[in-house]
Amino acid sequence: MNVPLNYLLALSGVLFAIGVVGVLVRRNAIVIFMSIELMLNSANLAFIAFARSFAPAAEALRGHVLVFFVIAVAAAEVAVGLALIVVIFRTKKSIDVDQVSSLKG
Amino acid sequence: MLSSEIVGGSGLFSIAPLIIAFPILGLLINLIFGRRSNERFVGIVASSAIGLAFVVAVTQFVALLGQPEGVSVHVADWITIADFSVPWSLKVDTLSATMMLMVTGVSTLIHIYAIGYMHDDVRFQGDPGRFTRFFIFFNLFVAAMMILVTANNFLMMFVGWEGVGLCSYLLIGFWYEKGADGIGNAVAGKKAFVTNRIGDFGFLIAMFLIFGAVGSLQFDEVFHWAHEHGLANEGVITAITLFLLLGATGKSAQIPLYVWLPDAMAGPTPVSALIHAATMVTAGIYMIARNQALFAVSEFSSSLVAIVGGATALFAATIAVAQFDIKKVLAYSTISQLGFMLAAVGIGAQVASMFHLVTHAFFKALLFLSAGSVILGIEHGHHHLEHDSHGGDEPFDPNDMRNMGGLRSRMKTTFWVYLIGALALSGVPPFAGFFSKDEILADAVQENTLVYILLAVAAFFTAFYMGRQILMVFFGAARSEAAEHAPENPPLITIPLSLLAFGAVIGGALNLPGLHSLTDWIEHTLHVHVSEFNLQVAAISTGLALLAIGLAWLIYGRKPLTRGQADPLRKWLGPIFVGMENKWWVDEIYNAIIIRPYIALAAFLADVVDWRFWHDWFHDTVLARSFRLGTQWLSSGFDAHVIDGAVNGLGSLTKGAAARLRLVQTGYVRNYALALFVGVLLILSYFLFV
Repeated sequence: MNVPLNYLLALSGVLFAIGVVGVLVRRNAIVIFMSIELMLNSANLAFIAFARSFAPAAEALRGHVLVFFVIAVAAAEVAVGLALIVVIFRTKKSIDVDQVSSLKG
Repeated sequence: MLSSEIVGGSGLFSIAPLIIAFPILGLLINLIFGRRSNERFVGIVASSAIGLAFVVAVTQFVALLGQPEGVSVHVADWITIADFSVPWSLKVDTLSATMMLMVTGVSTLIHIYAIGYMHDDVRFQGDPGRFTRFFIFFNLFVAAMMILVTANNFLMMFVGWEGVGLCSYLLIGFWYEKGADGIGNAVAGKKAFVTNRIGDFGFLIAMFLIFGAVGSLQFDEVFHWAHEHGLANEGVITAITLFLLLGATGKSAQIPLYVWLPDAMAGPTPVSALIHAATMVTAGIYMIARNQALFAVSEFSSSLVAIVGGATALFAATIAVAQFDIKKVLAYSTISQLGFMLAAVGIGAQVASMFHLVTHAFFKALLFLSAGSVILGIEHGHHHLEHDSHGGDEPFDPNDMRNMGGLRSRMKTTFWVYLIGALALSGVPPFAGFFSKDEILADAVQENTLVYILLAVAAFFTAFYMGRQILMVFFGAARSEAAEHAPENPPLITIPLSLLAFGAVIGGALNLPGLHSLTDWIEHTLHVHVSEFNLQVAAISTGLALLAIGLAWLIYGRKPLTRGQADPLRKWLGPIFVGMENKWWVDEIYNAIIIRPYIALAAFLADVVDWRFWHDWFHDTVLARSFRLGTQWLSSGFDAHVIDGAVNGLGSLTKGAAARLRLVQTGYVRNYALALFVGVLLILSYFLFV
């Protein structure tokens, strides 16, 4: 099965756009979080697509390695982010990000 | 110092710098060791330093016999600026050698005399510590005088010129705490110094003019220039010579600056003999003789020199007639004799002038030292009386001739040498003064009748006042207890007197008519003419001298003064005698027309201009008030408004900007995310489309 590169990039762009819109319009912290994960994975998809199309056989793993890094960092980020959300929920009894505006100038 | 190089000449000339080095060495030894040693050591060091300088002078004389045109001995470079240079080099020629021999010779004798004299002087005046200081000053004087006479350029001569002036000042004020009101001697020293400064000013201006005209201060170059371009530059040479004459009138005590010399008698007697009779005061004469090439160009200056000399000779001689202080008579006599020498250089008789300078050095030093011997004798007598019985507390002046009389039998040696000196000074043949004075008169007859008349009358007065002095001091009966007990002085004092007396007797042999040895000698350095012996002139001056002495005998000898009797001349001359006695009120006139206006001007400048105008008005009022106003404005106007305004404005600007900018911080995390997203879009579009 040989999917053309453009299809993959288009899917990646759509996923990224959905992520951006999710971050900008939703107020639920969990959903924002998921949107961020969506953007990260759209980037992962683009990496894999480019690696498969352009890289010579000897260097084909470079794109995969980078993806693994992103996944690892995202996992760490999730751990920190979920912890923050738990703390926010405990103090505010809500995970609406607009409630957390005490840094207003 | 011996590393000197000679411009053409034999090796004997190379030791010439020692003539300055020995006196300096002597004074250094006394300066370092003098205080810890005794009088004998100090005296011997000082005298042998000068004695060695005399030996050096003799060697230079011997060297000059083989090479009479003289040499220039280069010692060191002194000032060198581009092509202008003033080296430190000695001019050894027949003229300077004459001065060297005379100065060191007479100085040696006076140094030896001073060992004896100062021993008693410091005892009577009560400060033995000053014995060393006296000899240090004395050696310093000889060193400075040697620099003056051996100078090869005007600047070096000026160094010596100032040096001797300084020593003169130091030694006049040697007993600075004595004299009228306890400061009389210090005032006399100051007067001498200030008067000399006026002359020095003339010398300096002359030097500036010479530098401006010639561009060099070397004697040889200046004289060569005067010789070549003299006629074209007569104006500037006249100015130079007139300023040089001003310098000479200061140093050689001529009208109008002679007033310091009589007061200079405040110094110890050896000082009067050495500095204020024999050597320093002849510096002006020597300077003018040295500058013959310049004076020869300017007819006007030469005749003015002659007139000033002649007038001074007569004027001072009249004052000497009515003085009672034994040293004052000699002081005015010195001024008068210097007038003779100055007149001689003025009429172009340089040789006659130098001749009289040398013989005068002998007999005037002799007279002063003998006068010192007389004063010491009187002081001894006075001292003796005070010790014995009644404490005579009334002020007693050992210099006053009215307190003397009849010393002939008590002080035999002193009397005889004094008589020889007086006869030599009066111009009685065959003593030294006769030949030298006669040569001046013989030249004056040919050159300038007015000067001759002035000098001839002055010579008459000279013989008269010397006759008067001898008769008052040595003849008749003693007019005070002190004079009755005055003893003769020890040989340390009388032996130098005898040697000087010998010089005063035979000094005329230097330039006997027909032989002209001095004329031939000086001829190698200056333009000279042989003065013919004029029998008529000689007869007239001898006649005048004898007449004057006879007159003096008629008045003072036939019927000697008795104790407390007034001078018989006072009765006969009336107001003229009062005038002569009061020195024609010249000091008072100077006081009225120069010193008092000067002090008034100084007081005006100090009180009104400096204190009231500058200090009170300008500083305290103008400056202080404008400062106060300025600071007031700065503090209230500038500081409060401009500086504070700037700082406060900056503060409120920051505050205002912050108040507006804080609105950007909404605290909504989605706003930040949107801003981030827009920013990324902008950057991406920049990369894509630009």
